Amino acid sequence: MTHSDFDSFRPPEPARRRRTGGKRGAGRRNGGDGSREMPMVPEAEFTSYYGRPVVKPAPWGDDVAVYLFLGGVAGGSALLGLGGQLTGRPTLRRNARLGALTAVSLGAVALVKDLGRPERFLNMLRTFKVTSPMSVGSWILSAFSAGTAVSAVAEIDRMSGERLPLGPLRKVLQAVEGPAGFEAALFAGPLAAYTAVLLGDTATPTWNAAHEELPFVFVSSAALASAGLAMITTPVHEAGPARKLAALGVVGDVVATRVMEHRMDPVAAEPLHEGKAGAMLKWSERLAVAGGLGTLLAGRNRAVAAASGLALLTASALTRFGVFEAGLASAKDPRYTIEPQKSRLAARRAAGITGDSITTAG
Amino acid sequence: MGQLSGPTDPTADAHWEHNHPRKGFFTDTSICIGCKACEVACKEWNHNPQDGNLELLGSSYDNTGALGASTWRHVAFVEQGRDRITEARESGRALVSLGMPRVGPPAAAAPAGQDLTGVDTTPPDTADFRWLMSSDVCKHCTHAGCLDVCPTGALFRTEFGTVVVQDDVCNGCGTCVAGCPFGVIERRSNGTVAVAAQRDEQHAEHPAVPNVGVAQKCTLCYDRLVDGETPACAKACPTTSIKFGDHDDMVETARERVADLHAQGLTEARLYGANELDGVGGTGSVFLLLDEPEVYGLPPDPRVPTADLPQMYRRAGMAVAGMVAAAAVAFLGGRA
Repeated sequence: MTHSDFDSFRPPEPARRRRTGGKRGAGRRNGGDGSREMPMVPEAEFTSYYGRPVVKPAPWGDDVAVYLFLGGVAGGSALLGLGGQLTGRPTLRRNARLGALTAVSLGAVALVKDLGRPERFLNMLRTFKVTSPMSVGSWILSAFSAGTAVSAVAEIDRMSGERLPLGPLRKVLQAVEGPAGFEAALFAGPLAAYTAVLLGDTATPTWNAAHEELPFVFVSSAALASAGLAMITTPVHEAGPARKLAALGVVGDVVATRVMEHRMDPVAAEPLHEGKAGAMLKWSERLAVAGGLGTLLAGRNRAVAAASGLALLTASALTRFGVFEAGLASAKDPRYTIEPQKSRLAARRAAGITGDSITTAG
Repeated sequence: MGQLSGPTDPTADAHWEHNHPRKGFFTDTSICIGCKACEVACKEWNHNPQDGNLELLGSSYDNTGALGASTWRHVAFVEQGRDRITEARESGRALVSLGMPRVGPPAAAAPAGQDLTGVDTTPPDTADFRWLMSSDVCKHCTHAGCLDVCPTGALFRTEFGTVVVQDDVCNGCGTCVAGCPFGVIERRSNGTVAVAAQRDEQHAEHPAVPNVGVAQKCTLCYDRLVDGETPACAKACPTTSIKFGDHDDMVETARERVADLHAQGLTEARLYGANELDGVGGTGSVFLLLDEPEVYGLPPDPRVPTADLPQMYRRAGMAVAGMVAAAAVAFLGGRA
């Protein structure tokens, strides 16, 4: 600051604005006479570096959300397929197996499409890393697909009147069909649940804050979606278990989602209620409840069963897309990274734990 | 598999059998002049392409924006007035008063003036304005989120304790991008270079962007380290704001420096990443900051997500059991 004899001739200075924050919000001139910098955005309660994100969002497109949904449908269908296999429901078994294969194939295509270098997909199968949910998941997906493919091909062979050019392998196929159904069902639950760990094990604020309950939300969503698919494809007299699974799935989905939102850091949970993601999750719950009620009250009516099934499938897709979008939104706004971290740091300090801060005085 | 959290020697965790000391940076932002020589040297040495269009971002002298796939050093510029300087001084003083445990030599060896509680060391001349400049870089964490979640093994721990991407192994899945609590690593996209239409000819001469679709970040100049050289940014830094050396030496230097600054009354000085008990097990790149970390765009309490992975697997296992049980109930009930 300089002082000169001419200072007294200057017009009085306006009262100094208190500038908290290094800078808040994105800088852009938006008013005044242009002679000085104006406050850009309403003062926020946190400091960030020009409003820029701290963490980076996963570079994943909608394909990954589609995969989250289809993986759940495939996993649940494999369980229904095994149930049909064990309890003598051939139509349910066939439809569930075919549904599982279709869903897992489309899901795998979506996943490969989203890789930065799709030609390197097999690089994930050159190693197994238990610390990487993506690695664990790629092995779960492979193991699941093997069993699902064998059991579904057996169904296709039967449907086509044994016209697939299998030769002597047909006997092998028929012998391993049952065990393959078991094998697929063994990896069905992990296929539906690992994606929750994949999202939870990131620095993306909303996903990370949800890591305790997200697996429950995802398996519930998988159960109701696969049950919904079976209710669409299978006549009501064989779809009894699917209806029950749908009802259990809806209850699990609604309860787990509520518990998750309740237990999360309130700031990190905000993206689940706001914008596109908030709307999707709201509709997801409505459709799940509607589908569940339809199933319970009139699930023995073929038309109502199919409509309920469609509602449940849509609800599951919306859950996955909603959670996915909410996470990406939380990574793009520094507030969701900084505020929960500051409050947990303050809480630890208030509790007398001062030794584990990344910022130290020496 | 090594530890997922807590203090550890990352090189030994990765089963390196020889005994290289861990290498790291100490970035002393109190003597950074914002020349961006580090950014330039890094780009030149690593052949990193242009990152986005050339544009003014309206954030002081920072037109780089953030660390990214093609920007491995980023100089932050923050302009602050007197109020904010006072606040920073207070928050730094509060840190000292917390009685943070010191690792290393006991208090007797530490310089005097550690306990600043109640002592008025504020110089009479709190500045009206200050310009914070800080060269940010990959933290090369002890527990690196990116490394742990990489499904291909493309990311690996080097013999120097640093974290490096093998671009020929990476399949571009992007998990590491979400796994980094500091927002450092990024998948490189092409199409970032868009030059004005009338300069088409020059545009055509731009070399093709290498490693498109592959995760990229600071390697701590692995190729230079194996030859016993200093990383390009540290070599180019004209004020020695970026120091490079054995990690232990860097932490010690940082502690001495912050004690010096405190003794001068600059209580706003604090270290970032020097505590091996923090959420990432301490960082390989240690920083001396003059304000809260979020002011520089750093997370105030980062925690490597993988630290909670065992718990996540347990919860997922419970969820799977619940799903199987629900299916069993559905079928068993249906039989009756």
